[in-house]
Amino acid sequence: MIPACRLVDLPRGEAFRLDIDPPVSVFHTDDGELFAIDDTCTHQDASLADGWLEGCEVECPLHASKFDLRTGAVDAPPAKLPVRTHEVLVEDGMIYVQVSTDAPNLPPCVASRLAGGPA
Amino acid sequence: MVGASLAGLSAARSLRKQGFDGRLVIIGDEIHRPYDRPPLSKEFLAGGIGEADLALEMDGEDLGAEWLLGTRAAGLDRTERAVRLVGGGEDGREIRADGFVIATGAAARQLPGSDGLAGVHVLRTLDDARALRDELAQGGRLVVIGGGFIGAEVASTAHALGLDVTVVEAAPTPLAGPLGEDMGRIVSALHVDHGVRLLCGVGVKGLSGESRVDAVLLEDGRTVPADIVVVGVGARPCVEWLEGSGVVLDNGVKCGADGRTSLAGVVAVGDCASWYDPRAGIHRRVEHWTGAQERPAAAVATLLAGGAVEPGVPRPPYFWSDQYGVKIQFAGHAAGADSVTVEEGAPDDRNVLAVYRRAGHPVAVLGMNQPRLFTRWRKQLAAMTS
Repeated sequence: MIPACRLVDLPRGEAFRLDIDPPVSVFHTDDGELFAIDDTCTHQDASLADGWLEGCEVECPLHASKFDLRTGAVDAPPAKLPVRTHEVLVEDGMIYVQVSTDAPNLPPCVASRLAGGPA
Repeated sequence: MVGASLAGLSAARSLRKQGFDGRLVIIGDEIHRPYDRPPLSKEFLAGGIGEADLALEMDGEDLGAEWLLGTRAAGLDRTERAVRLVGGGEDGREIRADGFVIATGAAARQLPGSDGLAGVHVLRTLDDARALRDELAQGGRLVVIGGGFIGAEVASTAHALGLDVTVVEAAPTPLAGPLGEDMGRIVSALHVDHGVRLLCGVGVKGLSGESRVDAVLLEDGRTVPADIVVVGVGARPCVEWLEGSGVVLDNGVKCGADGRTSLAGVVAVGDCASWYDPRAGIHRRVEHWTGAQERPAAAVATLLAGGAVEPGVPRPPYFWSDQYGVKIQFAGHAAGADSVTVEEGAPDDRNVLAVYRRAGHPVAVLGMNQPRLFTRWRKQLAAMTS
């Protein structure tokens, strides 16, 4: 479990990015639910925490791919691969994330950079 | 479905999502399955991603459609309710249908007199991008005719590949149409920042070269030597095939705010369609990726309901561009603005969030490397105009 931030510091409609590798973001929906997904869009290098949160969906700030926060599934292109979802827990007012052990779907440019290839 | 690019694919997805379980035929003039065009001037042209990365369909996605690719619609017969095909293995075939979605897109404008001259390119399709990518790999001097977004992105990509690049723009300020004079000047200064020559306010008289281009001739008498020329002077809607069909054309297919055309059972989406904008009270042909992605859902609802649905107000148009490592984003319409204010960052740093206002009300927003703030403003703009 990784501590993210205090619940009072994450208002509804906002997102908090955990700077781990790869980064993970916690979203607080307008309905008061908390979800954690990979922060990097699977299409290209963009932070979903900067995106457009609406209902249980976040739209990538750059190219408008949409992801379902509950499942990580792609709701709108150009992304084709889902983001991972992570378990979220709130204890004593603190938000914790249990990072998935699945392999992340990183965009080609980020994946090649991590592999030491050309960006 | 006439057209098999983003708008066509989005419409096909919407049809299935909205419960249409009948026969669906998708006609595409290119031989390729639907692919994403924005990277063609950026990552794909730079060699960072390959053709498989461009595919728009997901693995295992099955829309239950018959794909007729590499064949073109030559006409629409309103009484027979049929589309006539030319080319490919379907030459002369007629496809009858109860409903039609027109999504034939736009084609790159050519420079008159450039036919058959090697080294002269436009960039619209995957085949265009392949050909240009292969030539850019040879290096040399590139002249880009047109300082719009396609031209600017090609210049940026080619500069990163090590070519010697010149951009020629007929208007005094590039991008003044979509971004306004002030911001057009700031964004197009990226060329100069990176050592790319930018020649503004001068038209192109012609090209010189025997079988291969060797220079661009300017109207002021100057000659710009070139090994490769890219013509980026806009696109025209692909609607000639509809002439005489009864579908009213006016800078593309003239549509209502819900995508309906002048013929019942026919809707149009994407770059070929000029939708009525209820906020502005005019028709606009919007060539943005996001329009081709978002609007088909409304058009398909219109088609399935026979025009009985009240169209929702679409979000303000949004587009992006990547140039010289700077992420440029724009939403709304600059044309109606009477002021532009920098809200964050500094133009000289090429890091800026600028808001366009008309009578004090925000009508558009521009971001350079400001994705987070830009999204907030874009959301606010949508909330204000819905």
